[in-house]
Amino acid sequence: MGKVTRRLVIFGGAAVAGGGLLVGYATLPWQTLDRARQIGAREGETLVATWVRIGKDNSVTVIVPHSEMGQGVHTSLPMMLAEELDADWSLVRMEQAPADMAFANQGLARGFLDDLTGSVPRFLSGPLDFVARKTAEAMNLQTTGGSTSVRFTGVAGMRRTGAAARAMLVKAAAAAWGVDEASITTENSRLVHAASGKSATYGEMAEAAAKFDVPVDVPLKPRKDYKIVGKPIRRFDIPAKVDGSAVYGLDKRLPGMRFAVIAASPVFGGKLKSVDEKPALAMRGVSQVVKLEDAVVVVADNTWRAKEALAALSPVWDEGANAGLTSASIIAGMDAALTKDGLSEEYASGDVDAALAGAKKVVEARYVVPYLAHAPMEVMNTTVHLEGDRLSVWGGFQDGLTARVLAAKTAGLPVDNVTLNHTAMGGGFGRRLPDYMDYLVRAVKVGLQVKGPVQLVYTREEDMTHGFFRHASVARMRGVVDDKGRVTAFLNTVAERHDPPEAGRFNYAIPNQAMRYASGTNPLPWGAWRSVDHTQLGFFIETFMDELAHAAGQDPHAFRRAHLASAPRHLAVLDLAAEMSGWNTPAPAGRARGISIREAFGTIIAQVAEVSIGADGLPRVHRVWSAVDPGEVINPATFTAQIEGGTIFGLSAALHGAITVDKGRVVEQNFTDYEMVRMADAPVQVVKVIESGAATGGAGEPGTAPIAAAVGNALFALTGVRVRALPFRLARFGAGEGAK
Amino acid sequence: MITLTINGKAHSVDAEEAMPLLWVLRDILNFTGTKYGCGVGACGACTVLVDGAAVRSCSYPAVLAQGKAITTIEGLADGGTLHKVQQAWIDAQAPQCGFCQSGQIMAAVALLKEKPQPTDEDIDAAMTNICRCGAYAEIRAAIHAAAKG
Repeated sequence: MGKVTRRLVIFGGAAVAGGGLLVGYATLPWQTLDRARQIGAREGETLVATWVRIGKDNSVTVIVPHSEMGQGVHTSLPMMLAEELDADWSLVRMEQAPADMAFANQGLARGFLDDLTGSVPRFLSGPLDFVARKTAEAMNLQTTGGSTSVRFTGVAGMRRTGAAARAMLVKAAAAAWGVDEASITTENSRLVHAASGKSATYGEMAEAAAKFDVPVDVPLKPRKDYKIVGKPIRRFDIPAKVDGSAVYGLDKRLPGMRFAVIAASPVFGGKLKSVDEKPALAMRGVSQVVKLEDAVVVVADNTWRAKEALAALSPVWDEGANAGLTSASIIAGMDAALTKDGLSEEYASGDVDAALAGAKKVVEARYVVPYLAHAPMEVMNTTVHLEGDRLSVWGGFQDGLTARVLAAKTAGLPVDNVTLNHTAMGGGFGRRLPDYMDYLVRAVKVGLQVKGPVQLVYTREEDMTHGFFRHASVARMRGVVDDKGRVTAFLNTVAERHDPPEAGRFNYAIPNQAMRYASGTNPLPWGAWRSVDHTQLGFFIETFMDELAHAAGQDPHAFRRAHLASAPRHLAVLDLAAEMSGWNTPAPAGRARGISIREAFGTIIAQVAEVSIGADGLPRVHRVWSAVDPGEVINPATFTAQIEGGTIFGLSAALHGAITVDKGRVVEQNFTDYEMVRMADAPVQVVKVIESGAATGGAGEPGTAPIAAAVGNALFALTGVRVRALPFRLARFGAGEGAK
Repeated sequence: MITLTINGKAHSVDAEEAMPLLWVLRDILNFTGTKYGCGVGACGACTVLVDGAAVRSCSYPAVLAQGKAITTIEGLADGGTLHKVQQAWIDAQAPQCGFCQSGQIMAAVALLKEKPQPTDEDIDAAMTNICRCGAYAEIRAAIHAAAKG
């Protein structure tokens, strides 16, 4: 990745920068540039979120405010901009935006950063809709999460910036040649005036173009004219990932750098009482023991020596209030919370209580899901170097700007004194989002006490036991099916609610429905985990819908169909999934299929899973068919990979995943007791896309949402055993014969 | 001092007997293409070749590698030409976050050396490395493509 220097970042809209055109563009969808300036910018500051730079050499550099963690946005976002710019793709390059205020909306940024607890600034908490708020958060604060990069930054930002830059180039050419703008065409980074035979490259016209104002309202291309978007374009980040040259956070090396390994209080909320440092200091390569309020850190000349020396210490902890916690006590607390009055109501239509009270028969079910760890392949780490009053930081973060400000706050330095350097990121899945940057804060605290550069590393065990976990939850569902087999009431009551808004909802036409939730039932640190509440609610809702189908004596696909008559997009993906999987034909001997459908992050996805029970009594998932309507697809190869990968992520959780708590400590330590789906267990997947042309949906998370229910529903179809607690490996199905 | 031959070149390092090869590679010699994933041989991110066989370097004392040929991801290409497995990985667009892929590639190279035309069952048996992003289908396709190429 190249570097963007500050001297390039000037001007109010467009600028000559390094001999080229630099277009910055206010991309907030609900307002014009002027309105955005009113909210946020100061005199002389630039209100920009997304940028394109055109060089004299005709190169096009797209500056992307998001982090790449394998989801492909460092390629798909430039594709969207280049499409509207009519750029020659072979000339397009990508740079990740620096964590600099100049690449963020000043007003929005300040609002958020003044209050890092995450509350929304007042001017955003009013009537603005979810998309607007998320756009501001995601683009201007450089957050990469919520499957927002393409659907918000790309749609609202990259496309408009590309179109605006193209319009400015056309204006410049029209002025230079004394012809009508309308008579100029653009293609492959060239401007052409056919009648006079005049032509120029973008690079040749870039300086002149920069003198024009950035147009605010530029028409976008119709999809039928796309030349780049929709084609399988090779990702920019892949070559460095196959030859070992990609530098991840853990790979950062600086002259004289030391390695620090940390052990935080094993009990959540505990404090370090005391530690005898001598056993560690006596060991080879160890230079220092750093004591933090809630952790002890050994600093050495390599990671292994630091790790070994840390193991030689016997820190004494003040375990605090959580020392008695167990998974059972947490789940019992959730059950109790759900029976109390005063639950929050997420939504309600009709009168679900009356419908339940008046029913001859109520179908009831209780579901339980455990905590889950993100467990990205690259453990948490950050490298810092304090030199006088200047701090440099290296690492992979799902929000570089917040990381920079957090580092400054922790060090007690002005933000301008802190440089944040993005490295490649070995997975995020939510763990590296702004609210969960404990590793960064601790690295800075250690860095303040260590002379020279230092890399703080969580061992896998530390990473596994000290996460911000996908929260555990209990759900109590109640439903009524009438004589005609139609659901007349559906009440969903769950412990804890987070995000996104649609996760608790569904599109089934049910006259009386409501969702209610209890808060404050999760004592462990918890947060966003790939697809967030869809991971629990998808399982609860789509399993219960299956239970209602069986209560009605109906086929689960036909039953869902009957309740989706007024939701044509949902119906289309549901039917496609059924068709792909041969739903109406028998499964191979010893196997059965289950179906599930979710709308997640603007994308509708239906899945069919085909399962068997192995000779060991454990479930096997052989095949998964996914029918997906994301509105449109930017890069087909990465889209499919995201759906497949998201499905594997959800499947690992459904089959294996459980973080359990005993004596206030996480029990699971490593991949030995927190197992993942591996090659041999990975189902054969088929993904088919419906490009309905609806608003662009996300790709990174939807695949995770429906899979647990699809698998559970298939296991029920096979065995008659309804498993209502995850993971499935803990269920007893009896030995089957369908193992492959 | 121990002497290790890495990617055809000898390196002398002052490392204690118990020190795993992974940390000698990463923290002493700066071959950072080989990754730390779990430290207990469970995930395969640290896979390197020792005399052509796949070895999980986090659980393999460096002293045992003396006198043997160690190949890391940095030593796979032949000058400017990628190894056929690396090229197949690019063609299949296999990596997502990419962190496990050095290990996956080294495991695949070892597999193809032993079984130049692996079946799906061979791949299942040999490729036990974790990919948290779930890129297994692309990895499988890349191995088959490399076997053909």
